[in-house]
Amino acid sequence: MRQFLKTTAIVSLCALIATPSFAANMVTELGDGEGELNIVAWPGYIERGETSADFDWVTGFEKATGCMVKVKTANTSDEMVALMNEGGFDLVTASGDASLRMVAGKRVQPINTALIPSWDSIDERLKEAPWHFVDQTHYGTPYMWGPNILMYNTKVFGETPPSSWSVVFEEQNLPDGESNIGRVQAYDGPIHIADAALYLMTHKPELAIVSPYELNADQYAAALDLLREQRKLVSRYWHDAFIQIDDFKNEGMAASGSWPFQRNLLQSDGAPIASVIPQEGVTGWADTTMMHVDSANPNCAYLWMEHTLSSNLMSDLSVWFGANPAVPAACTDGRGMQTAEGCTKNGFDEFDRVSFWTTPVTRCESQDECVPYYRWVSDYIGVIGGR
Amino acid sequence: MSDTTSAPSRISDAFWRQPTILLLLLVTPPLLWLGIVYLGSLFALLAQSFFSIDEFTGLVRYEFTLKTYAELLRASNFDILIRTIVMASAVTIASAIIAFPIAYYAARYARGRWKAVFYLGIMLPLWSSYLVKVYSWKLILAKEGILNWFFETLYLSWILEAYLAIPVVGGNSLSVSWTGTFLVFVYVWLPFMILPVQAALERVPPSMLEASGDLGASSGQTLRHVILPLALPGIIAGSIFTFSLTMGDYIIPQIVGTSARMIGQAVYQFQGTAGNIPLAAAFAVVPIFVMGIYLTLAKRAGAFDAL
Repeated sequence: MRQFLKTTAIVSLCALIATPSFAANMVTELGDGEGELNIVAWPGYIERGETSADFDWVTGFEKATGCMVKVKTANTSDEMVALMNEGGFDLVTASGDASLRMVAGKRVQPINTALIPSWDSIDERLKEAPWHFVDQTHYGTPYMWGPNILMYNTKVFGETPPSSWSVVFEEQNLPDGESNIGRVQAYDGPIHIADAALYLMTHKPELAIVSPYELNADQYAAALDLLREQRKLVSRYWHDAFIQIDDFKNEGMAASGSWPFQRNLLQSDGAPIASVIPQEGVTGWADTTMMHVDSANPNCAYLWMEHTLSSNLMSDLSVWFGANPAVPAACTDGRGMQTAEGCTKNGFDEFDRVSFWTTPVTRCESQDECVPYYRWVSDYIGVIGGR
Repeated sequence: MSDTTSAPSRISDAFWRQPTILLLLLVTPPLLWLGIVYLGSLFALLAQSFFSIDEFTGLVRYEFTLKTYAELLRASNFDILIRTIVMASAVTIASAIIAFPIAYYAARYARGRWKAVFYLGIMLPLWSSYLVKVYSWKLILAKEGILNWFFETLYLSWILEAYLAIPVVGGNSLSVSWTGTFLVFVYVWLPFMILPVQAALERVPPSMLEASGDLGASSGQTLRHVILPLALPGIIAGSIFTFSLTMGDYIIPQIVGTSARMIGQAVYQFQGTAGNIPLAAAFAVVPIFVMGIYLTLAKRAGAFDAL
């Protein structure tokens, strides 16, 4: 037992300290589909028309290739890493933090881009993104990305949207004349510390923060101080997207960091909600389809990766999830329901203003030593508890 | 004759001659279950609490240490412990106070159809999903929810506002205050208090009450000196449920309340997102420890004498 725990702990955690390079076997040619494909995915990412008949990007693939898709959903990045460590899966839709851990843990294999005919249609900005392109090697096919937007109530803000994150970080009177105390929310996850650091990058340049995910002790302390001030404004931190939606409907919330997903659902319900990308920029997430090192169905896996790039998948998924496709053409060429306006609304043109999510590690690039993620977790618990 | 006996009957004969073998065969599976699956998994977790996480690399160090337990005493972690224990105690006391009259009526006075109605009323909430109940309470307690509307209609909003202005128990609205968390906990765990109390009260023989009356005790004295002591095992049994269930819960405080953590949430977050299994395990030991003290005290108080 102890040995087992030791091994899993080392496999999952060594990513925090090193990214070793290695040459693993890459698939060089494709055969026929194996008839089966097992994917670990975020909830709502792989839909076969069962939740809503309009959203189906699986049955067509199954008919065309004979690869029957089985999905195992995971709710956190850590769950994804754990499932991939267990094995038995072919693909995973990994976010920026999980992806590098799995590359370092040798849980995923390099991708032969020559076997994916539509590879060139991928957004240039994502082709060699650092969360899957390691040591000149591709470890996955970009899937979806999205910004964490500032959502606000138009009844409170009227015609002038908030231009800065200060509405959720500093006490002030909102345009409707009332204070923001108790009327703003913040994300109930340690990664929110990065949002505070991003705010400080603009408002306290003397701290010299280079990346909101790489903070030394002083920068980190400043971010925590800001969050302690924020605690006085926030009556409840949001954790679950649907609870936040409910809070904007029933708790009189005025503004909060959020995802396009909630904004779209609230707007489709007719709620007076809009969103902006404030002057400081935003944090965001980017997911990649990665292939297990011992994938039992490599042909189906490659067929699926091609499918993600060439079918209605990205277009419809970006409508469904309020996210952005990794293939720009999916916004415009009518392969699915997404339109250019829809992509713009989801923040497609704001890529450069998004600081993409990565796991904070001790040995960071921008400085000698950074505060690692597990400290973020315990300190953020303290901040929410009023410490 | 022996060569014609079938195998099953020979086995049966062997069991008859060696009863210990039969006993062993029957007892082994439940013992294995209890020992390996049940206690084994528990100890595997608890053993983790004696390891620690390396401050520098974030890796778990597999050496015996009490450092992780010392970390429990750090202000922000200690807050979580105190918060949870206070909440669990408050919920337990409130449940006992609310449950006793209900259980008493159901046990002593409700007859026939009414008894069935009482049982249904108590059990019905248990049949629906726990999450549905918690979400519906969120809607009831919300700023623009039913309760607020009710107060407004009666022009009594000032009472609610005055209450919410009280520090600690108050907040921006009931659904984001500790009061809200408390109300939902009491609602959700109340049946677990009512049922054992009712069972205990039903076992109190009416002759004892009559004897108490014959000896000149007032109804108040009968309640204090006869009914309560006899119902105590039921109350203790119920309180074990409400206390431990509140201490371990991590869903209610996430949906209703101020977002400040309780033990269950801390365990979930430390083992899940932080990879700090030793600290999560140390947190998990606390409820076991507290329940141990509680049961010892209850035993000293004689709560189990009537069992």
